[in-house]
Amino acid sequence: MISAFAAVYARDLRLALRRRVEALLPVVFFIVAVSLFPLGVGPEPQTLRQIAAGVVWVSALLASMLSVTSLYAGDHADGSLEQMMLSGHSGFEISAAKAAAHWTITGAPLVLAAPLIGLLLDMSAQALGTLVVSLLLGTPVLSLLGGLGAALTLGLRSAGVLLILLILPLAIPALIFGAGAVSAVDSGQSTSGHFSLLGALLILTALTAPLATSFALHIALE
Amino acid sequence: MIWASWSDFWHMGGYGLYVWGAYAVCLAAMLGEPWLTRRHRRQALQAAASREETSP
Amino acid sequence: MNPPIRWSTFAAPSRFYQLAGALNPWFWAVAVALAIAGLYVGFLVAPTDATQGDAYRIIFIHVPAAWMSMVLYLAMAFWAAVGWMFNARMGSMLARALAPTGAMFTFLALWTGSFWGKPAWGTWWVWDARLTSELILLFLYLGFIALQSAIDDVVRGDKAGALLAIVGAVNVPIIYFSVRWWNTLHQGATISMTAAPKMAQTMLLAMLLMTFAFWAYAFAVVFTRAQALALERERDTDWVRALAAKG
Repeated sequence: MISAFAAVYARDLRLALRRRVEALLPVVFFIVAVSLFPLGVGPEPQTLRQIAAGVVWVSALLASMLSVTSLYAGDHADGSLEQMMLSGHSGFEISAAKAAAHWTITGAPLVLAAPLIGLLLDMSAQALGTLVVSLLLGTPVLSLLGGLGAALTLGLRSAGVLLILLILPLAIPALIFGAGAVSAVDSGQSTSGHFSLLGALLILTALTAPLATSFALHIALE
Repeated sequence: MIWASWSDFWHMGGYGLYVWGAYAVCLAAMLGEPWLTRRHRRQALQAAASREETSP
Repeated sequence: MNPPIRWSTFAAPSRFYQLAGALNPWFWAVAVALAIAGLYVGFLVAPTDATQGDAYRIIFIHVPAAWMSMVLYLAMAFWAAVGWMFNARMGSMLARALAPTGAMFTFLALWTGSFWGKPAWGTWWVWDARLTSELILLFLYLGFIALQSAIDDVVRGDKAGALLAIVGAVNVPIIYFSVRWWNTLHQGATISMTAAPKMAQTMLLAMLLMTFAFWAYAFAVVFTRAQALALERERDTDWVRALAAKG
């Protein structure tokens, strides 16, 4: 017997694979959003290198948030979400599985796309490497927080924008530690502090966000 | 008293714009908000009264 | 010997309404009295500052506003949690009543902070740790208000808001820590709002008086708004009907 976690996770992955184009939209958004910045601030490599880490991180944040509503909306619409919550399996497990699925479908591709983006912004190899690691640690946090936001705004009008407003303040620490790691490497300082904090944040979020999300789902489905 | 005259007071050592700009907005907010909440309460009472009339 | 008051009696909206009605005039009286005293000390007694001139007098509303913005958020999260845990809708109504006032104080803290920063440090905005955290706090307030107004079902709105407020309250220390970390990294502001002028006794007194004045004000406004919410939510009950009939 496979666990509820594995079942929900595998199901979400299968569903995403059936709609591959839709699944890749966040990554496309990510690339488009990042490309807007040189158009906005000018193509000077010096400037771009300076803002690169922040630009990539903010764009990843937005791309992640934009795709998270669909995490629960589809299942809510056809009633399968209620079935899942009534099934007697822990809401924590279900929420954790959905966040993991979201990261696999959206977060991981963002991490993989980051080096390409970094080149567009003339980042050094060292900075690029640090950026990728910071995103690797940070995007799961975004998926977990996004899940909470999606559960809170389940079924509401303009859930997408509302979710972004709710979750972005909570995502700020991840943004600061993640982009900050790249700044540190650029100025020759150690990144260990940033990565430790980011890692601690990831652990803390992984332990608490699914619990809060589970509560939010119960509230939304009552 | 630390101010030689009224005009000195308003002048605030050259910083009048900033000091009074800050205080004016503060005052406006702290007069506006009570007014709005009282109106809210009044309207809630009126709404309840008109419900009485339509459905005793 | 009279038995002590069972405070939970005020969980009933009708009794809270009466309590608020009785207390509000006192809150207003205290707020006005303390404000007059505070402004008197702040403008007519406290000396001009050596470094910042008279611009520093903004501190007498900036610090109280910032302080209230934080206190009210905690109060909001607390009452929302009480409302959720004990199924006490008056608690949830209090939380809803606290949010707009908290947001207002946050805005005032930012506005007065900006007007203080311009003469003191040359720019209308400084990305120092405290102002930035204050800005994020405003986003947290707005998120709470937006979520509750987007949810039509009042009970779901109460609970979802409570969860969001609790999550926010827990995150505030983390956010503040990360913003301070960010601030020290980017060296820019050795300038900081924490570098307030060395406080003369009179300056401190004025600030304290204004803080309590703001607190009394907050009680009065929040209680009034809570009364309005109670009237709306309980409009089909006897006590509201009786009040409405009286006009």
